[in-house]
Amino acid sequence: MTGKRRIRIMVAKPGLDGHDRGARIIARAYRDAGYEVVYTGLHQTPEEIVEAAIQEDVDMIGLSSLAGAHNYLFPRTVELLKEKGADDIVVCGGGIIPDEDIPTLKAAGIREIFTPGTPLDVIVKWVADNVEPRGEY
Amino acid sequence: MNDLVENVVKGDIRAVARLIRDIDDGIPGVREALKALYPHTGKAYVLGITGSPGVGKSTLVDQMVSHLRRKEKTVGVLAVDPTSPFSGGAILGDRVRMQRHSLDEGVFIRSMATRGHFGGLTQSTRSAIDVLDAMGKDYIIVETVGVGQDEVDVVKSAHTTVIVVIPGMGDDIQAIKAGILEVGDIFVINKADREGSDKTLSDLRLMIDMDQKKYEDGGWKPPIVKAQAVFDKGVEEVLEEVEKHRAYLLETQGEIDFRRSPKRVREELMDLVKNRVIEEVLGKLTETGDFDAAVEAIARGEKDPYSACDELVLPRLEIH
Repeated sequence: MTGKRRIRIMVAKPGLDGHDRGARIIARAYRDAGYEVVYTGLHQTPEEIVEAAIQEDVDMIGLSSLAGAHNYLFPRTVELLKEKGADDIVVCGGGIIPDEDIPTLKAAGIREIFTPGTPLDVIVKWVADNVEPRGEY
Repeated sequence: MNDLVENVVKGDIRAVARLIRDIDDGIPGVREALKALYPHTGKAYVLGITGSPGVGKSTLVDQMVSHLRRKEKTVGVLAVDPTSPFSGGAILGDRVRMQRHSLDEGVFIRSMATRGHFGGLTQSTRSAIDVLDAMGKDYIIVETVGVGQDEVDVVKSAHTTVIVVIPGMGDDIQAIKAGILEVGDIFVINKADREGSDKTLSDLRLMIDMDQKKYEDGGWKPPIVKAQAVFDKGVEEVLEEVEKHRAYLLETQGEIDFRRSPKRVREELMDLVKNRVIEEVLGKLTETGDFDAAVEAIARGEKDPYSACDELVLPRLEIH
């Protein structure tokens, strides 16, 4: 019994976007940083992502979107977490996201947005600085 | 902790998710929770699915879940993927094939990493099975990592063990001959449209037939099913064989709850004791710094590892 919480992260691809190379590279970087990463695969609805995140008891969800529907998909995920009483799960996002959308997304509860060109180690270090194991049941 | 156990038994998803996390993380108090949970276990039917990486275990599990759901059975899935020996991190990707069941309340899917600490795989997987059992799932499917030593252990917790192979991996079948083959109750040749599936079938049949004497004495003869899980072909046949095996167990052992089988109980208890001994002794060694001191002494050439081992372990084995 080690008694030490290990951070679990879900990397998810909401919506109809069919490209997940970026998401897989991020997942790999989290793995190399010692996190357990659950990958959902493509074409997920926010409902599916939230249900899976609760079953997997992850501490953070990283949403990746390259197809432009982030303004609906990201806030909807946060909203569903709230409804399920699981809003202690930190949500961040990344992908092709115009700068002008970022303030609205952050106001909706997405803690950070990573746009193209962000170095991997910045994305990884953000987890160490911002994600704690979820509170007790 | 008591609330947690109560809510697990009521089938509360968050309680189940958290208790499995506590088991995985080795949180103090989890032993008490498992003690309280134990009387609620022993009702589920446990299937172990094993085979080399890439043979289609996750896809088969996904289809089996659909078939079981159509029969109005509830299903728990534990999907195990390897932990990186370097970073301690893991990518748990089995869920990708099963995500369509995510919104089905009759299905609970949990990904677990092997974590490699103190033989934890076997024990935490086994304990997680207990949790899904106590929450009331009719079937629990455990998908192991690709073939290795541990898988034989994991299948000890399964009523029926399904071994998945694919055509054209002759070497692979050779590799599983010694250990895995002996624990297979059902063999599935997946991706059976590929060249060489008849050869794989005859290879397997030959190996199974070599135990003819055992079957004549009333032993279970493992069937072989050809399947293409991705197209949902052969999956119903696999489940039919599972039911036949279940009926066989019921007939020959009279009891499906393997906690009442002395052989299984002995194995489970032995593993628990082993893990506990390792934990207690290793825990003390690392706490006191004796282990690190011994490492340095050996590295400096002042001591041999065999003497160091004796000095570390023997004084700690006194029974208090």
